Amino acid sequence: MFSLQILLIAILAGIVGSVLGLGGGIIVTPALTLLFGVSIEHAIGASIISVIATSSGSAIAYIRDRITNLRVGMFLEIATTIGAITGAFIGGLIAPNLLYIIFGLLLVYSAVNMMKKKKDDQQELVPMHPAAAKLKLAGSYYDKAIQQEIPYNVGNVYGGFAVMYGAGIISGLLGIGSGSFKVMAMDVFMKLPLKVSTATSNFMMGVTAAASAGVYLFRGDIDPHIAGPVALGVLAGATIGARIMQRMKSKTIRMLFIPVLLYVALQMIYEGIGFGK
Amino acid sequence: MNENTEIQDVELAVSRWLRIGVIISAAVIVIGLILLFITGDSGYPGSFYPHTLSDILHGAVQLRPYAVITIGLILLILTPVLRVAISIWVFMREGDKLYVMITSIVLIILIISFVLGKA
Repeated sequence: MFSLQILLIAILAGIVGSVLGLGGGIIVTPALTLLFGVSIEHAIGASIISVIATSSGSAIAYIRDRITNLRVGMFLEIATTIGAITGAFIGGLIAPNLLYIIFGLLLVYSAVNMMKKKKDDQQELVPMHPAAAKLKLAGSYYDKAIQQEIPYNVGNVYGGFAVMYGAGIISGLLGIGSGSFKVMAMDVFMKLPLKVSTATSNFMMGVTAAASAGVYLFRGDIDPHIAGPVALGVLAGATIGARIMQRMKSKTIRMLFIPVLLYVALQMIYEGIGFGK
Repeated sequence: MNENTEIQDVELAVSRWLRIGVIISAAVIVIGLILLFITGDSGYPGSFYPHTLSDILHGAVQLRPYAVITIGLILLILTPVLRVAISIWVFMREGDKLYVMITSIVLIILIISFVLGKA
C-alpha cells in the first residue's frame, strides 16, 4: 500500500519535473516528509534519485525530438559541476545565509522578468553572442503546440555561465538539482526559448545530481524501500511529461513556472533571514 | 564535417545510451520489488538495508530484495555519467576538438567530485 502511494506521488513528480525542468524534488521531498512521515535525510536521498530519474527519463524523448540543445547543456555543465564542488566546499566554511538571500532575490528578479514577457510563442531573434558563435550554440526546434520550426540565437553566454555557476553552488550546498536557476539562466539571461531551456535544464540536472548521489547512497541516506518506487514512478512520469510538454503552449508553461519560482525564492529568503532554523 | 549531422550523431548516441541505462536500471528495480512482495522479506533484519559496496554486491548475488533494488538505483545514478563519457567518444569520432575538450572537462570535474565526496 505504502509503495503504491509513493509510486503515484512519484509519477506526478516526474510529470511536473519534466515539464518545468525542475527535477521533481520540489514535490518528492515535502510529500514524503509531510504525507508519509519519512525522515528528512531519507526524503532528500529519494529526491536526489528523483532528479536523476526525471533527467534521464525525459531526456530520451526531448533529445530524440530535438528540443534539448546538447551543446548548450554540455558547455554549461562545466559551470554547474565546478559550482557544485565550490558549494560543497564553502558549505563547511561560511554560513550560507547571505547566499540564500542573494539567490532568493535573483529568483524574484527573474520571476518579474518572466511576467513581463509577452510574445511568447514568437521567439525574438537576439543578436548572436560572439562566444555563442564560436561554441556553435544556436539551434532550432519544432514546436508541436504551434506547429512551427523555431530557430533561435543565443545571447549573453557569460551571464548565463555565471548564473549556472551559482546554480551549481546551490546544488552543492543543498543537494538539490536547482532547476529553477538553470531554467532562469537559459531563459532570462541567454534568451533561449522556454521549452529549450526546460528540456536542457532537465538534461543537465542528471549529471549534477549524479555527483552527489554517490555520497548520499554510501552514507546510507537512500532507503531502497522508498527510493525504489520513487525511481520507477518518476521515470514513468517523466516519460509522460516529456510528451505533454511539447504540446503545451510556452505561455502556459511560463504561467505554471512563475508561481513555483516565487515559492522557491521566498523559501530561500526565509531560510536566509534565519526563520528556517 | 557538417555541424548539423554531427550534432545529430551525438543526439542519437546519447539518447540511445540513456534509454539503455534507464531500461536496465528500471528492470532491476522492478525485479527487486517483485522479490520483495513475493517473499515479503527484505533480506535483512528489521528496517536495515545495505549501503556499503561489498554488502550491496554480496546481497544482490544472494538475490536479497533490498540489495537488488539498490543495484538498480546505482545503475540509474551511473547513467548520466555514462552519457558524458559516450559523448566524448562521439565528439572525438566527429573530430570536434572543442567539444571533446568541453565534455572531457565535465567528466574530470565529475570524477573529482566523486573523489572529494568519498573523502
